Amino acid sequence: MSTEASPVIVKMKFRSGPLAVRAALAHIVSELQPMNWSKEDLGTVEIVLAEALNNIVEHAYTGEDVAGPIAIDCRAQTSALHVRIIDDGHPMPDEQPPELTEANLDMDLLDLPEGGFGWYLIRKLANDVEYRRENNQNVLDLHLALAASA
Amino acid sequence: MNLSSTTDGNRRVVTVNESRIDAAVALTFKEQMRTETESGPDTVILDLQQVQFVDSSGLGAIVAAMKTMGKGRTLALAGLNPTVSKVFQLTRMDSVFQLFPTLDDALDSLDA
Repeated sequence: MSTEASPVIVKMKFRSGPLAVRAALAHIVSELQPMNWSKEDLGTVEIVLAEALNNIVEHAYTGEDVAGPIAIDCRAQTSALHVRIIDDGHPMPDEQPPELTEANLDMDLLDLPEGGFGWYLIRKLANDVEYRRENNQNVLDLHLALAASA
Repeated sequence: MNLSSTTDGNRRVVTVNESRIDAAVALTFKEQMRTETESGPDTVILDLQQVQFVDSSGLGAIVAAMKTMGKGRTLALAGLNPTVSKVFQLTRMDSVFQLFPTLDDALDSLDA
């Protein structure tokens, strides 16, 4: 089914920043309530979007006091959510989103990783991830399969 | 970032009086956890019953808090909702921390 045929549920644009991400997530989750997805599915959506947006704040717009626009477009069907996120920041390394690499926790407690979980969670939870560099912008498409609650 | 703590015998309960541990507060959380745990009992229970959402930055800050406490001490987590649990399960951090469904479960299992 064509992504473009799905109705737009949320369309928003904001300036990057950790608190702005919080506000954007709250807005999106509230706008998705009419889809009647389970609380668990909404939690999954929030995790994936939070990680994608935090990555933009931390990596695409790097440096002190560097912020920029983030545009989000969510299209939903009964059992699927398609999210397109566009920013004007730096490209991803090698213009590729990170692949799924399993975390190795078989180590001394004090050597446990404190970061690098973001893309891991996106890869685990999203059914499909597409990234491209276009017109000096990052375009990230995330597809999630969800089940409407009975 | 609002944390509060109570000490009961050999256990300290640190309660997160916030709905989120996310990128916006991860650093502050980490610093306040250091203050709450640098002295006192070896066993600390982090009460997450009011927390609705933890992102990867929040998860990293909880891991950092445990590392700051040092070896020989325990950071147990209590009251994770399904979304918070999912983040711990997917990253396999549920194998690193002792997780309890409720604060009472944690208090019952960890000796005073």
